[in-house]
Amino acid sequence: MSANESMSRVGPVLRTRGLEKEYGSGEGLVRALDAVELDVASAETLAVMGPSGCGKSTLLHLLGGLERPSAGEVWLAGRRIDQLSEKALARLRRHAIGFVFQAFHLMDELTAVENAELPALLAGRSPRAARRRAAELLEQVGLADRAEHLPSALSGGERQRVAIVRALSNEPLVVLADEPTGNLDSAATLDVLRLLDSLRAAGQTLLIVTHDARIAATADRLVSMRDGTFVEETKLTHGTSGRLGELAGLEA
Amino acid sequence: MGRLLLVYRLAARDLRRRPAEATLLLLTIMAATTTLTLGLVLHGVVNKPYENTREATAGPDVVAGVAVPPERSEPVDVAGLRALADAPGVTAHSGPYPVVWTKLRANGRTVDGQAIGRDTAQATIDQPLLTQGSWVRDDGAVIEAAFADALGVGAGDAITVTGRSFDVVGVAVTAATSPYPEVSCLTFCLADAGVVWLTRRDARSVAPNATTVGYVLNLKLSDPPAARRFANSHNPKPANCAPGDACAEQSVPPILLAWQDIRETSADLVENQRRALLTGSWLLALLAVASIAVLVGGRMAAQTRRVGLLKAVGGTPSLVAAVLLAQYVFVALLAAAAGLGLGWLAAPLLTDRSAGLVGRAGAPALTLSTIGFVTAVAVAVAVAATVIPAVRAARTSTVLALADAARAPRRTAWLIAVSARLPVPLLLGLRVAARRPRRTILGMLSIAITVSGIVAALGAHADLNTPVTGSSTLDPSRADRLNEVLLVITITLVALAAVNAVFVTWATALDTRHGSALARALGATPQQVSAGLSTAQVLPALAGALVGIPGGIALLAAVDPDPTTTIAPLWQLLAVVLATVFAITALTAIPACISARRPAAEILQAERA
Repeated sequence: MSANESMSRVGPVLRTRGLEKEYGSGEGLVRALDAVELDVASAETLAVMGPSGCGKSTLLHLLGGLERPSAGEVWLAGRRIDQLSEKALARLRRHAIGFVFQAFHLMDELTAVENAELPALLAGRSPRAARRRAAELLEQVGLADRAEHLPSALSGGERQRVAIVRALSNEPLVVLADEPTGNLDSAATLDVLRLLDSLRAAGQTLLIVTHDARIAATADRLVSMRDGTFVEETKLTHGTSGRLGELAGLEA
Repeated sequence: MGRLLLVYRLAARDLRRRPAEATLLLLTIMAATTTLTLGLVLHGVVNKPYENTREATAGPDVVAGVAVPPERSEPVDVAGLRALADAPGVTAHSGPYPVVWTKLRANGRTVDGQAIGRDTAQATIDQPLLTQGSWVRDDGAVIEAAFADALGVGAGDAITVTGRSFDVVGVAVTAATSPYPEVSCLTFCLADAGVVWLTRRDARSVAPNATTVGYVLNLKLSDPPAARRFANSHNPKPANCAPGDACAEQSVPPILLAWQDIRETSADLVENQRRALLTGSWLLALLAVASIAVLVGGRMAAQTRRVGLLKAVGGTPSLVAAVLLAQYVFVALLAAAAGLGLGWLAAPLLTDRSAGLVGRAGAPALTLSTIGFVTAVAVAVAVAATVIPAVRAARTSTVLALADAARAPRRTAWLIAVSARLPVPLLLGLRVAARRPRRTILGMLSIAITVSGIVAALGAHADLNTPVTGSSTLDPSRADRLNEVLLVITITLVALAAVNAVFVTWATALDTRHGSALARALGATPQQVSAGLSTAQVLPALAGALVGIPGGIALLAAVDPDPTTTIAPLWQLLAVVLATVFAITALTAIPACISARRPAAEILQAERA
């Protein structure tokens, strides 16, 4: 049993209590998150929806330890992480969290496979093991023949698939995806949705921030946000397998 | 006209928007122009005091000396010397005067000296001009002014010459030999051997034996400017004469020295300073090019959108390039003016202490050629550093520039592959360095130039402090002034290199902020990221320091007229490399840490916006 698996059995993979985030001060104070309470179970896919500026991305950054909350708690696999040092948070991200960004954020000068292996190298894996894992994952997402291409030679969908492969490189407990299809056309969106769905089916815990209802419909649970708070929660019982394209409105 | 006005307005406003950067640019170029001005104006600066002294002392046109080499035991034959007094072209003479190599003791120190026996009456040629006291008398010595200055004695003090005590009755200057501690060639050429005038009787009395007495004759010519030709025509031709050969038994011929040669020797110290300053100014100019290129490169990256706007409203690529060039040329012109002024004002500080000559060098004149040359160098430095980024900016696609798209980084596949096998800070550092090879090379060159300068200065310093064989250096004054010049140049080089290192790191930090933020999002710690940024500067710095060692030795060999180049001790060279690496690590750590502390989420969000 891996360390990640043992951590995941403690309780919810992700938990927040009274989470708040404020920017600025005085009259310029902006409350981006206000008393957010969240539990994400292992192997669950949670979609967070809301209009631009409602605090979705801030929530994601707090969960991933990229920002620190103004108040409240963040727990990952039973361990409180909001008080960890920058160094400890970085180590945590390395092993337990995978990020997927709307803008892909691939290194322009690295090929697809070099981008994909980067987290494994940062985690201290051997170059051979890191490359093998990246190549396997690229093959799984149908990009084996694009492994040696630079991001500039890849389509938007391919770039996002490389970014997802990179997020999975260290077998994280949870993948945090910020508008993963926001920069993609319809066909590329479908490719990425299929990939996310396969991850869900494989038991990967996913938290997807989006403002697209069609993407949210593919999740197990949907949370709606407005002005920094959760305003609604919906259980989606039908799942998405086999109906992905239909749900996303991309296929008949 | 309208276009010129537009270029002026845009350039001026951009400079005003970033006063700190403009000031740094100004200081960087000014360091080079000041040093260059100093080097140029020192040329010939000592001529005037020497000529004043020559006039005031009825200085000889030619000085002829004769002495028996130490390996021969017969007394010196002065017949050849006397014959010179009747040579064609000679109008008057004084001497021959006896010259004795002695040991002088004053203020508890023993040093080499040359005692010249003179008449108590005034001579018509080479009558040393008294600056203190009176002329020689029995048991009373007169000391050459620069020598007295170095000894710390004056009229009324006492000295010991070869064990015999004398009162110092006067201090005087002469044009017949170079002031202490320059090489004096009265008979044999000796460095660091000061001149003392005694009466003829006293001079002979301090000679251990007759073979240690040489003679010197001062000549006036009908054609003083032709003194060198006269000296050359009467100087012995070099011959291979082994001991036991017939030629070895012949009497030793006199050696002649023209007044122009004495003037050059008198200026030797300033000439060395001038050489050091000119070499330093070129190093500083090169360093300035590297600094400005990095700064301009960084600014261009920040100005991409502005360039796009200019082009979108109808600015041609040449207008864009002109705006970017104009501001740096303007700063260069300011720096040239400031450097010319400072160099001109500072020049007397290097020449004031010429105690052995009459009058001070004063502030040398700024000639039109000096002004033109210094201005041209300043503008060339600015243009050389700016032209590539300016042309690149002018050629940038308007659409990409408006989108503020960052210039694509360079991919160095082998380095990426190699770095995968290294610890995380090295992995990140190598990849950062490989993204912008031009900037990495500029950083390396900057350190190589600085280390070359330091190594050359250390070599020169070691050379200055090496005792001349058979001489006991009385006072480090000769070394002191040149050491001061070398120290100032070295400090300026180090300061510019330090500024450059911070520029490079900051530009790199800005350029790699996205990559660094991403690395942190993927699990790299802030320490690893900042260590990576530092590594990206330290590795080229190490390479630059290693290149700078032979570079400095070669530089010294190129500028030093001495055929044997003194190399600084090995421990000093190793210390320079280590100190460079430590200094760059410390200097780059600050901007690297600041950059690594910026929240990764903020940067990644900004990139998305």
